[in-house]
Amino acid sequence: MARAKKMAPRDNGAPDYKKNLHPLMAKNYGKWSYHEKLRPGVLVHGAENGDRLYTVRAGSPRTLSVDKVRQICDIADKYCQGHLRFTSRANVEFLLANEADIDPLIKEVNETLGFPVGGTGHSISNIVHTQGWLHCNLPGTDAAGSVKALMDLLYEEFVTDDSLPARVKISASCCQINCGGQADISINLQHHHPPRIKPEGVGVCELPKVVAICPVAAIRPRQDETGKTTLEVVDEKCMYCGACHGQCPTMEIRDAKTDTLSIWLGGKTASTRKGPSFMRLAVWGLPNNTPRWPEVGAAVRKILDVYKQTGRPYERIGEWVDRIGWKRFFELTGFPFTKYHIDDSPLARSTFNTSSHVRL
Amino acid sequence: MGGGFRRVYPENRPDHGGINKDEGLGESGARRPHVASLQQFGGLLESKRVYLHLLVNPYSCAINFAFRYIKRIGWQNQMKGSGMSSENKINTSMIDDLESGPWPSFVKDLKSLATKKPAVGQLLGQLNQSYEDRWNYWQGTVLNVDGYGGGVIARYSELAEKYPDIAQFHTIRIIPPAGWVYSTATLRELCDIWEKHSAGIIQLHGMTGDILLLGSDNKSTFDAAEELMEHGWDLGGSGAALRTLACCVGQARCEMALIDTMAIQTHITNTYISELHRPEFPYKYKFKISGCANDCACAMQRSDMPIIGTWRGPMQIDQAEVGKFVDGHGADFVIDNVITRCPTNCISLKDNQIEVDDDNCVRCMHCINVMHKALKPGKDRGATILIGGKRTLKIGDTMSSVLVPFMKLQTEEDWEKLTDLVERIWEFWGEHALEHERVGEFINRIGLGAFLDGVGLEPHPEMITAPRSNPYIKFEELAPGMLEGESGHDPAVVNEEVESMESTNS
Ligand code: HEM
Ligand code: SF4
Ligand code: SF4
Ligand code: SF4
Ligand code: SF4
Repeated sequence: MARAKKMAPRDNGAPDYKKNLHPLMAKNYGKWSYHEKLRPGVLVHGAENGDRLYTVRAGSPRTLSVDKVRQICDIADKYCQGHLRFTSRANVEFLLANEADIDPLIKEVNETLGFPVGGTGHSISNIVHTQGWLHCNLPGTDAAGSVKALMDLLYEEFVTDDSLPARVKISASCCQINCGGQADISINLQHHHPPRIKPEGVGVCELPKVVAICPVAAIRPRQDETGKTTLEVVDEKCMYCGACHGQCPTMEIRDAKTDTLSIWLGGKTASTRKGPSFMRLAVWGLPNNTPRWPEVGAAVRKILDVYKQTGRPYERIGEWVDRIGWKRFFELTGFPFTKYHIDDSPLARSTFNTSSHVRL
Repeated sequence: MGGGFRRVYPENRPDHGGINKDEGLGESGARRPHVASLQQFGGLLESKRVYLHLLVNPYSCAINFAFRYIKRIGWQNQMKGSGMSSENKINTSMIDDLESGPWPSFVKDLKSLATKKPAVGQLLGQLNQSYEDRWNYWQGTVLNVDGYGGGVIARYSELAEKYPDIAQFHTIRIIPPAGWVYSTATLRELCDIWEKHSAGIIQLHGMTGDILLLGSDNKSTFDAAEELMEHGWDLGGSGAALRTLACCVGQARCEMALIDTMAIQTHITNTYISELHRPEFPYKYKFKISGCANDCACAMQRSDMPIIGTWRGPMQIDQAEVGKFVDGHGADFVIDNVITRCPTNCISLKDNQIEVDDDNCVRCMHCINVMHKALKPGKDRGATILIGGKRTLKIGDTMSSVLVPFMKLQTEEDWEKLTDLVERIWEFWGEHALEHERVGEFINRIGLGAFLDGVGLEPHPEMITAPRSNPYIKFEELAPGMLEGESGHDPAVVNEEVESMESTNS
């Protein structure tokens, strides 16, 4: 091994995954040969030697009390030989050796934990999100709460696996740093004016760094009346990205009165078929309406309705819009197409229609 | 690898971001203690005692200070009605709405936790205030456990007068077992330690992949970290450092897995645990590892260095299973959903048999996903290594692009080839990147060609979708000096101009 000796006494490194594997995982490591979807939220993986490992996937709120985690463990101890896993979308996966345990396990997952079982196949899985008002220093909106509100609306699509043409992955980001990832549908907060510099605070951060972080060089040093060095933002250059706010809290970019939400479509990370794709602006200017963001929910619902009607099997949202074209997308959904949908970044031209292909 | 990783990062590069500064390593006056040599670290850490340092750093303290002040004068209206301390008076009227509905409610769960942990009730009170005002009440700084340059995300409430128990309410990032597979004993240990020292909130998981433990104060963060480490846990990465890795479940439970994602993740984590703990990069560096092109770890656009399983040579086809599939679903289904979806038109159906033109198959996994009993990846397996993915900040999202089309990753010798490449990249990027410049941004600035020169890789046609269309080219070999026998020169990495801007528009 490259480096057997640890760098410092306290560097423990990663926990040993082998000690955490379900016995059937350890036994059949690298020897799986197929899987089947038994019903929404329930999979079986078959090994070369005939072993079968069952998985029941349940949606969790991600933010859990220690007691809730212990309840999850109680169920896994009872039915799962003491092993479980989590997915990258904060679903819990209960791993079972015995098929007969599936029904009683689901009953307890539903009743004791209050978690729905689903999120497999062509469903809407749990929404990727980060901290929001619960624990970040930058957010203009909440993450866990808006996800809860939206998943309440999308519950049917979570617990079924055939209501959509393909899987739909959703992410939510609570500032323009966008910790939520690329996704089929992404809900992002949008700022609408340059940062308001809090003059009292200038100097708490290293000014050259704040100046340097701006991607469009909109921040420059300025001497105030007293000769003290402070900063100013060139409003015309600023694109309201909030990079400076992440760097220094005096660059206050948020505004409870004007921040809005926008919906982006068609992000995909898998290299399946034509490969990964970036999401694109679809709907903007939705109000940041606590506690349930109904306008966002209604817009997502509308997009899903049209996708269900016109999408083809295995066609992710981005691939679907590529095929039917954005013109038809705006027609079918009724969302307005505006000049703001047209890219104006250095890569803009690559998004222009440079052919005579038009859908008439 | 001989002497191990050569550290060539410039010692005098300025600090990163005004955050993540650890003055706790005892080097008085040293602005970047984390570039201290490893020997120094070892010595300093001998004490086995973990100190938690509220940033002694003048800037961060000043941030706190200034902010309390600004808040008072600027946003006074938020502070009225302060002094509420007893739990039953906490107003959660707005977020109470999030207790209803079919999806599990974190509000409900946290309310029940609040019955034994008053801080959680106050957390909900502050959250409710945020819902009413659409305003955030957390200030952020970084708090360091001795010997570590990251791993703790410190939060201070601006409503501390009203909610004193969350005045300090921090997050500890913990490295999870690879693939997020747990035994209940492991999870229970975590719960017990965390409940003892904190408000008892656990997030499974953060989007980087860490276990996030929420709700400790300045002192208990230290106590909890101490106890967690005694039990073999370790802190995750933050700041300008290697971040905690993430991988898909891989060979533990997926027949598609072409590499051992869990073993590779654990190997990289442990090999570079020092880089993970002590920020000394220009900015963050993330690996994510997926066993196949389905990329369940979201590596392609959420990591600087995705490692994606793939194979060489022929796909394995079980024609008997193909026959069963076609009988079951009909030939039309196969044509509509498999054959016509192949990105390179290299798969066909003839007489209920599948044929694949393996030379043109780009290993996208689609046909295998749909007909997973009939089709399987080939037997000569390895990984494609990519580079440069990141999220929005500054230049907008970037997707990773191919760096090594195929690398065997089955044995520990194979892994050494990977870590050797990683170290060359860190050296070159560490030396030449601007502060706060992710490796993808760095490549955008200097050009992929110069990057390849810098890390010692040959250009490969799989790195691009098409050659350039822009004709303005600096052919080094044909430059007058070179023709007259001058030797080559270093790549122009310090040149800030992006010479090939136009070509990216094609
Ligand atoms: C302390 C609060 C946090 C701050 C200030 C913060 C800041 C950032 C920034 C600046 C970026 C953009 C990086 C870039 O593209 O250059 C980012 C991306 C990201 N962050 Fe955070 N983050 C915070 C907490 C978290 C947490 C707790 C997680 C989950 C463990 C997380 C996960 C991510 C992910 C997945 C991305 C996108 C992927 C990437 O580009 O690397 N962040 N965050
Ligand atoms: S998206 Fe912005 S506000 Fe939300 S958690 Fe990430 S950095 Fe914080
Ligand atoms: S918001 Fe973005 S563009 Fe505007 S000043 Fe700050 S860093 Fe620059
Ligand atoms: S990325 Fe591939 S190997 Fe990994 S879990 Fe997903 S399908 Fe399986
Ligand atoms: S794996 Fe992808 S590229 Fe290869 S034959 Fe199947 S669909 Fe075509």
